[in-house]
Amino acid sequence: MRKILVTSVAVLSSLCISGGAMAQAKSGEIRVLLANHPYGELIKQSIPQFEKQSGIKVNVESLQESQLTQKLTTEFATKSSTVDVFMTRPLQEGKMFAKNGWYAPLTAYDFADYPKNIMGAASFGGKPYIVPLVTEWQVLYYRKDLLQQAGIKVPTNFTELEAAAQKLNSEAVAGIASRGKGAAAVTQLSSYVYNYGGQYLDKGTAVFDSKAAVDALRFYGKLLGTYGPKGVTSMSWENIMPLFQAGKVAMWTDASVFLGQIIDPSKTQVPVENFGIANFPAGPKTNAPFIVSSWGMSVAQQSKKKDLAMKFLDWATSKEMAIKGMVGNITMARSSVWSDEVVLSKINPGLIETRTFAAKNGTPVDRPYMSAVGEARDLIGELIIESINTKGTSANLEKMAKDKVNQVNGLLKDTGEYGK
Amino acid sequence: MSQSSFTERNLPVLFPLPAVIFIALLMVFPVLYTLFLSFTNWNLTSGMPAKIVGFDSYLRVLTEPRFLDAVARTFYFTVFAVIIEVVLGVTIALILNRAFVGKSIAKLLLLLPLVATPVAVGIVFNLFYDPTIGLANFVLSSLGLPQGHWISSDSTVIPSLILVDVWQWTPMITLIVLAGLASLSDEPVEAARVDGASEWQILRYVTIPMVMPVILTAMILRLIDALKTFDIIFAMTGGGPGYASETLNIMGFKYSFEYFRMGQSAVVLVALFLIVFMCSLAIMKARASAEN
Repeated sequence: MRKILVTSVAVLSSLCISGGAMAQAKSGEIRVLLANHPYGELIKQSIPQFEKQSGIKVNVESLQESQLTQKLTTEFATKSSTVDVFMTRPLQEGKMFAKNGWYAPLTAYDFADYPKNIMGAASFGGKPYIVPLVTEWQVLYYRKDLLQQAGIKVPTNFTELEAAAQKLNSEAVAGIASRGKGAAAVTQLSSYVYNYGGQYLDKGTAVFDSKAAVDALRFYGKLLGTYGPKGVTSMSWENIMPLFQAGKVAMWTDASVFLGQIIDPSKTQVPVENFGIANFPAGPKTNAPFIVSSWGMSVAQQSKKKDLAMKFLDWATSKEMAIKGMVGNITMARSSVWSDEVVLSKINPGLIETRTFAAKNGTPVDRPYMSAVGEARDLIGELIIESINTKGTSANLEKMAKDKVNQVNGLLKDTGEYGK
Repeated sequence: MSQSSFTERNLPVLFPLPAVIFIALLMVFPVLYTLFLSFTNWNLTSGMPAKIVGFDSYLRVLTEPRFLDAVARTFYFTVFAVIIEVVLGVTIALILNRAFVGKSIAKLLLLLPLVATPVAVGIVFNLFYDPTIGLANFVLSSLGLPQGHWISSDSTVIPSLILVDVWQWTPMITLIVLAGLASLSDEPVEAARVDGASEWQILRYVTIPMVMPVILTAMILRLIDALKTFDIIFAMTGGGPGYASETLNIMGFKYSFEYFRMGQSAVVLVALFLIVFMCSLAIMKARASAEN
C-alpha cells in the first residue's frame, strides 16, 4: 500500500514538474515559418543551438515558396495568425504585405552591413521592414568541355551567345536553355530586357511594349525556340537543372543561386570540373543583369511576442549565420561576409567574380515590382510563350505586348500604384 | 418525467441533429460564404477593405475570354476522361466477372492506381512525359515512332492529362461495376441462353441493361470528381503551358492564391459549383429513367 502511495506521489509530482516546465516554455515560445531554401534549411539545422543559448523554444515550419506566401497571406488576411517570424520574398510579396500592414517595422535593426540598392526593396515609405538574407544575380552556366570541343570561347555578348548556341546545338544536346514556363521565365527574361535597354515598369507604368523590350522578347524566343530543349515552354529551373546535369544542355542562363546544386557530385552525371560559370553576356545596349535580394526575413506585425521574435531575427540574420551560409555556397546579402577570409578560401571563385560584376553594373529588380506581381508575371509569361513558340518571329508580338501593357497598367490602377 | 419526455417527444429532431449541425457547419456555411464573397471586391493586393459590389465581379470574370476557355477546357477534360474511363472500366469489369486463373491477383493489381496519391502520380508522370529524358519518348523512338511533346505543348497537354486520369480512375469504375455484376441474378442470362441468344446478344440486351443503373452511379461519382480535378493538373502543369490546361478549379486557385483577387475567385468557384450541380442533376435524371 505504502509502495503504491509513494509511486503515485512520485508520478504526480513529476507530472507537476513537467507541467510547470511546459508552462514556462510556453511563455518563451515563438512560431517561425521558413522556406524550403538552402538558407532556410541552414537555419532549421541551427535552431537547437539558438534554443540552448536563448531559452526560447522555436516552433518551426518549412514550406515551398509559393505555399509559404499562400499560408502567410491566408493567416494574416483572416487575422488568425500566430506567426512571429517568417521568411519573405521582398520583390514578390513585399509591396502587398507592406500595404496590408503585415510586416512589423524594423527601425531598431542595424542595416549598415547591407548594400543600399538592395535595401530599396526592403523598405516601404522610408522605413525598413525586411532584413535581406540572400542575393542572387543572373549568370551564364556552361559546359567547359563542349565549348572547348567546338572551339569557342565563353560568350560575352548576345551575338556570341547565339552563335555558340547554334554551334553547340545538336540532336542530343540543346545549345542553350533558360526558363520558358510563362510566369517563371519573367525573372530570367529581365536581364535580356535590361541588356537591350528596356524595362518592365518605369515610374509605376508598364513599358514592356517598348522596341527594346520586344526585341529582347524576340531574341529570347528565337534562342529558346531554335536551340532550346524540347518542351521548353513548360520548363522552369527545376526542369532544366536535371537536363543540364544529365549533359543534355550546353549553356544555361539562370540565377547564381543554383551553382551549389549543379556541382553537387551526387546529382550530376557530368564531371563537376566541366561546369563553368560566367558573367551574363552583354546586350546591344548595356550589360546590367539583375541582382536582387530574393529572400529576406521579417517579424509579423500581429506577433504578440515581438521581443522574442526580434531576438530570433537578430540571430538568424547575424554575420555568423551568414558566414555559415556563404561557406555552403549560399550567396548572402550582407556585404562584409564577401571579404571574410574563411569565406574567400572556401567559396567558388566564379561566384565572387560574377557577383562583383553584377553588384557594380546590375539592376536591383528582376520582375515588375508591384503588388499584383503574380498576375503581371502571368501576362508577360504569355508573351514569352508566344515568342518561343514562333521562334521570335510572331507578327503578333507588338500588338500582344501593347495589350498586356494595358492590362498590367489596369492592375497598377486597381491597386493605386499607377504612375507612382 | 420532464427530461425523458422531452427527449422522447423530440426524438425525430434530436437524432439527426448532430448530422444536421455537421452539414450546416462544414458544407453549407462554406458554400454560402463563397457566394457572399463573390459579391464583394475583396482584393488583397489593393490593401483596401472588401466592399459589397453586387454583380461587378461576375460581370468582370464572366466576360473574360480566359474564363470561357477554362469552362471549355473543364468540359473537354471531363467528357473525354469520363467516357474513356467508363468504356474501359465496364469492359474490364465484364472480363473480370468471368472465372479465370489469377483473377484475384488481377483485381489486386487493379486497385494499385486507386490507392496512389495523385500528386505523387503527377510527379512520376511528369518524369515519364519529359520530352528529352522521359520514358514515353524513349519508348516511342525505340519503336521508330515520332516523339511527342506531351504536357509541354498546348495541343497535347489535355490529352496527356486525360491519360493520367484514365490510368488512375478507371479501376474505380471497374470495381463499382464489378460489384453491380456480382449482385445480378443469373436467371435472365440463363433464360436468354436457353432461348438461343448469342453471347453478344446476352451482353447487349440482358447484362448491360441490368447493370446500367450501377454504371450510371459510377459515372456520376466520376463526373463530379473529374469536373473538380485539381491535384493531378496542379502537380503536373499548374495550368500551363500558358493557360493551356487551366480548368475552372485551377483558375479559381490562381485567382485566390496567386492573384489574391478573392472576390473574383469566388465567382469562378460559384460557376464551377453550379456546373457540377447541373451535371449531377442531369445524370441523376438519366439514372432514374434507366431504372424505369
